[in-house]
Amino acid sequence: MAGIAPDSSISDPSRRGIRSSQLVDRTFKYWSIVPIIVLLTLLAVLPTIHLLRMSFSEVETSGSETIWTYVGLKHLRTFLSDPVVPVAFWNTLVFVVVVVIVEAFIGFFLAITVSRTQRLVGFYRTVFLFPLLIPPVAISTMWRLMYDYNYGFINQLLGLIDVAGPTWTADPALALMCVMVVDIWHWTSFVFLIILAGLESLPHELNEAARIDGASERQVYRYIILPLLRPTLITAVMLRTLFAFKVFDEVFVLTGGGPGTATELISVYAYDVFFTQFRLGYGAFLSLVTAVLMLLFVLVYRRVNQTR
Amino acid sequence: MNKKVGAILRHSFLWVWVLVLLVPVIFMFLTSLKLFRDIISGSILFSPTLRNYRELFLASHSDFRRLTLNSIITSVGTTLIGVTVASLAANSLTRFQWNKWVSGLIMGGVLFIYLLPPIIFIGPFYLLTRSLGVYDTPLAIIMGHTAFNLPLAVSMLYDFFADIPKELEEAAVVDGANRIQTFLRIVLPIARPGVAATAALVFIFSWREFMFALSMTSTPRGMTIPVGISAFVQEYNIRYGEMSAAAIFAMLPAVILFIFAQRNIVKGMTLGALKG
Repeated sequence: MAGIAPDSSISDPSRRGIRSSQLVDRTFKYWSIVPIIVLLTLLAVLPTIHLLRMSFSEVETSGSETIWTYVGLKHLRTFLSDPVVPVAFWNTLVFVVVVVIVEAFIGFFLAITVSRTQRLVGFYRTVFLFPLLIPPVAISTMWRLMYDYNYGFINQLLGLIDVAGPTWTADPALALMCVMVVDIWHWTSFVFLIILAGLESLPHELNEAARIDGASERQVYRYIILPLLRPTLITAVMLRTLFAFKVFDEVFVLTGGGPGTATELISVYAYDVFFTQFRLGYGAFLSLVTAVLMLLFVLVYRRVNQTR
Repeated sequence: MNKKVGAILRHSFLWVWVLVLLVPVIFMFLTSLKLFRDIISGSILFSPTLRNYRELFLASHSDFRRLTLNSIITSVGTTLIGVTVASLAANSLTRFQWNKWVSGLIMGGVLFIYLLPPIIFIGPFYLLTRSLGVYDTPLAIIMGHTAFNLPLAVSMLYDFFADIPKELEEAAVVDGANRIQTFLRIVLPIARPGVAATAALVFIFSWREFMFALSMTSTPRGMTIPVGISAFVQEYNIRYGEMSAAAIFAMLPAVILFIFAQRNIVKGMTLGALKG
C-alpha cells in the first residue's frame, strides 16, 4: 500500500504552522499582558528604584560613564540646612492653596451657570476646554506677551488711561501672583469639566419634585444640589491640589524661579539642582521628598473620604 | 421679565470668562502676524504678514524644521507604542477571566504610576539615556512619554472595551473566529471611537510635554517644539513675532484633534476624576 501514512501529517510543515499559530492564539490572554508589564517595569518601576539609590549617593557622569559614591544620609543633612528649601516649600504651599481655591470657586460657578443655560452651551464648553489642550509652553508665551513691560497687552491698556504699568514678572512683589494668574487661566476649566459632569449625572426628578413641593430655586440649590455635588467637588479639589504641586512649565518659562527666589517652587528648584548645579544625588533626594509628600496627601485624602 | 434678566446675567458672566480665555490667544495670534515696528507701536491697525512664519520655518539659521520633525517622531512613536501595548493589555483584562489578584495588581500599579510626579523620572532617565547612548534623541523622550501615558491609555481603553457586550464575541467564536481574530475584527472596530480618542489624547500629551523633553535634550538634535519655544521666551532680546508664530503653530495639533474627537476626549480627561 503506497497510501499516505497517517503519521505523515506530523512532519507536514503547513500542519505544524497551524499548530504553533494555535498555540499563539490559545496563550493570547497571557502574552498580550506581557508588554505592559515589561514596559512599566523597565520605564517606571526600575527608574523609581534607581531614584532611591541616587538619593543616597553622589552621582557623577563623564561621557557615558556613571560614577556612584554611597554617601548615606548626607543629602538629608544638606536638605535640612539648605536655605532655599523652606522658601520653595512656602512658595509652593501659597501657590497651591491660592490657585486651588480660586479655580474651585470660578470653576464651580461656571459649571452651575452653563448647566442652567440653554443657548451656546456647545460654544462655551469648547472655549473652556481649550486651555487644557494647548501646550503649557504656548500658554507661557502668551502670558509673556501679556506681561511684557514695553509692548505687553496689560501695560498698553494701562497706558490708555495714562498709568505706567509695573514690570510684572520681574517685580519680586508681583511675580508669584503673576504665575498664579497663569495657572488659574490654565486650570479653572478642569474644575469646570468635572463639576459639569457631576451636575449632569444628578437625577432630574429630585429637582422637579422639590419644585412641585414649592421649593424656591435657592432652596433647591442649598438643600438638594449642593449636598449631592459634594463628593464631586471634593474630588475636583483633591485632583487640582495634586496637579498644582507638580506645576513646572509655566513658572520655569516665565520666571525661572526668580526674581531672586520670589517664584522658587519645589519642582523648579529640583530641576535647577539637577541641571544648573549638576548635583544629581541631591536633586534625586529633593524629588523623592516631593513624591513622598504627594503620596502621603493621596493616602490622607483616601482615609478622610472613607471615614466620611 | 425676571427670567430674561437672569439669562442675560448668566450669559454676561460666561462671556467675561470667554474673553479672559480668548484675549491672550487673539493678542498672540495678532502679534504673530505683525512686523516688529507694528509690535512696538501697539496699534490695532496694521497690515498682516506671514513673515514671522516664513522666518521660523524657512530661514537657514532656524532649527524649527528639525524641532518639528523631532516632535512628530516623539508624539507618533509614543502614541503607537502606548496605544498598541495598552489595547492588548486592556483586551486581555476585559475579555478573559483573570485572577482578581493579578488584575488588581496591574490596575493598581497603573494608578500608582499615574499619581507619581514626573520630576522623579528626570534623574534616573538622565543617567539611563546617557548610558544607553540615546541622550538628546527623540528615542530618549519616547521612553519617558510612554511611561507617563501608559496608565492613562490603559484606564481609558479598559473602560471602552468593558462596555462592549460579550454576546458579539460569542457570535464570532461560533462563526469560527479565534481569539486574536476576535480582538482585531470585533473588539477593536467596535471600540474605534474610544481607541481614536485615546490615541488623540496620548498624542496631545506627548506633543505638549515640556519638562521631560527639556531634561533629556541639549541640542536641536533631540529638542522638541516646546523646548525650542521656551528658548525663544528666555532670550534677552525677544523676537516677539517669531516666538508668537511658534506658539501658535504648537497649538494646531491639539485644536485639530480636538475637533474630531471632542466627546471622547472629554471622557478621557475626566477619567481620573470619576475613578478618584
